[in-house]
Amino acid sequence: MPVTQQLINLCASLLLLIAFAMLTQRRLLSLINLFAMQGAVLAANTAVVAFSTGQEHLYWSAGLTIALKVIAMPLILHRLIDRLELRTDQETLINIPSTLLLGIGLVVFAFNLALPISQLAGTITRSSLGIAMASVLLSFLMLITRRKAVPQVIGFLSMENGLFLAATSATYGMPMVVELGIALDVLVGTFIFGIFFFQIRETFDSLDIHHLEKLKER
Amino acid sequence: MSPLLQDSLQQALETVFMILLAPLVLGWVNQCRAWLQNRRGPGLLQPYRVLRKLFNKEPVLAHRASLLFRRAPYIQLGCIVLAASIVPSIATGAPLSPAADVIALVGLLALARVFLALAAMDVGTAFGSMGARREMLIAGLAEPALLMVFFTPALISGSTAFGVIVDRLALAEFQIYPGLAFAAVAFLMVLLAENARIPIDNPSTHLELTMIHEAMILEYSGRHLAVIEWAHALKLTVYLCIGIALFVPWGIAPAGHWSVMPLATLILVGKLFAGGAAIAVLETLSAKLRIFRAPEFLGTAFLLAVLAMLIHFLLGT
Repeated sequence: MPVTQQLINLCASLLLLIAFAMLTQRRLLSLINLFAMQGAVLAANTAVVAFSTGQEHLYWSAGLTIALKVIAMPLILHRLIDRLELRTDQETLINIPSTLLLGIGLVVFAFNLALPISQLAGTITRSSLGIAMASVLLSFLMLITRRKAVPQVIGFLSMENGLFLAATSATYGMPMVVELGIALDVLVGTFIFGIFFFQIRETFDSLDIHHLEKLKER
Repeated sequence: MSPLLQDSLQQALETVFMILLAPLVLGWVNQCRAWLQNRRGPGLLQPYRVLRKLFNKEPVLAHRASLLFRRAPYIQLGCIVLAASIVPSIATGAPLSPAADVIALVGLLALARVFLALAAMDVGTAFGSMGARREMLIAGLAEPALLMVFFTPALISGSTAFGVIVDRLALAEFQIYPGLAFAAVAFLMVLLAENARIPIDNPSTHLELTMIHEAMILEYSGRHLAVIEWAHALKLTVYLCIGIALFVPWGIAPAGHWSVMPLATLILVGKLFAGGAAIAVLETLSAKLRIFRAPEFLGTAFLLAVLAMLIHFLLGT
């Protein structure tokens, strides 16, 4: 196995490890730091893929990842929770050991699904496809097991990380235009989420999205 | 010199070296913690001074103490010394190494713990039984995690014999195994739990409600306590050696190379001190968990170890 492929595998595994860490994390600040770390690992992975395949545009997307997901978004989120004064532990809908067990199940499922595909592929990134799918599913799990709005948004953003890894490992990334578009969308999305947080809190005096269920009864 | 004699000499030297080094490693961890907490610390040699003091004192036994209570410290020390001689630390291919594979090694460490827990219940005080129960709760959760941690390197090397695993990992061509990264994180969590370090147990506490390991050995005194303390220090060293052998094995001497052994010893001591400092940093950064959070902590370790195996299956070959 060439060294670059080993590095790619290592980065992909670290991304999955961080996805698991996010699943277990109760504290909001650590969650944001983990998200920034996941972005950094993703950027490193993209850069290694760019180096080993000679795809110039992947360097750009690695740079974009660092600028947006490692620096800009964590900063925005930090400022948001400062202004919302959210410092307490976040509750989860099901307890954390069960969430982890579910997570392992999802990983097995994703690996099984990706194994035949990656065996047919000839790309250097073929084995990280399973990991990318697993981390998408894990972020999805985080999205549905969290009660409060901010961890849900972080779950959503980390799902985007997983999708990005999937794109890089399946087809060496998307075309530049698409990548730029997505990056902008996610950035704008984060801003809009921030506005939503304030609106939700103003209406219900809390960020528990449980309150949103009342809307449908009238 | 005949090969058998040579091997035995190597084994004896290695084991004695580990036994003598163990209090120093513990002293180093405590000293690092003191530095990180802005204290001066008792110095590196404090565990040796404590041992000398305890060996000179007369042991006081409870009225109801049975033979088990008096023998348990020695059985515990024996188990851990045997574990120390099985783990390849300075050189691989020690003669005692094939005596037990990694699964038996886990069993050996469990045996030591079971005897200490039995001895703690033997006198019949409330604290002893409470500590023993808590210790067995932690042990029951940490043991499967430790076994799973061993399985990933065993899968990579195709053997459960510790010597073969280390030979394969240290001396074969360098390759990144992402599975091992997961296993290393899981192992670190198990190490902290099994050695009564901070997220699970506080080694310096004497507050009755929170202590686990200290509660078990509350009734011991004199040379019995000294033997237990020594075994405890040796256990920490053995765990560090297991971690070194599995995850950073480079620098270990191949079997039968006497000329490399002084260098390998130096490298081992350096790694042990680096590992000890890392433990001190981790302990300073984290707060003690409530006892009911411990299953969550160790459950995470177990799942990470399972994940390590899955990753190895996906990426391996």
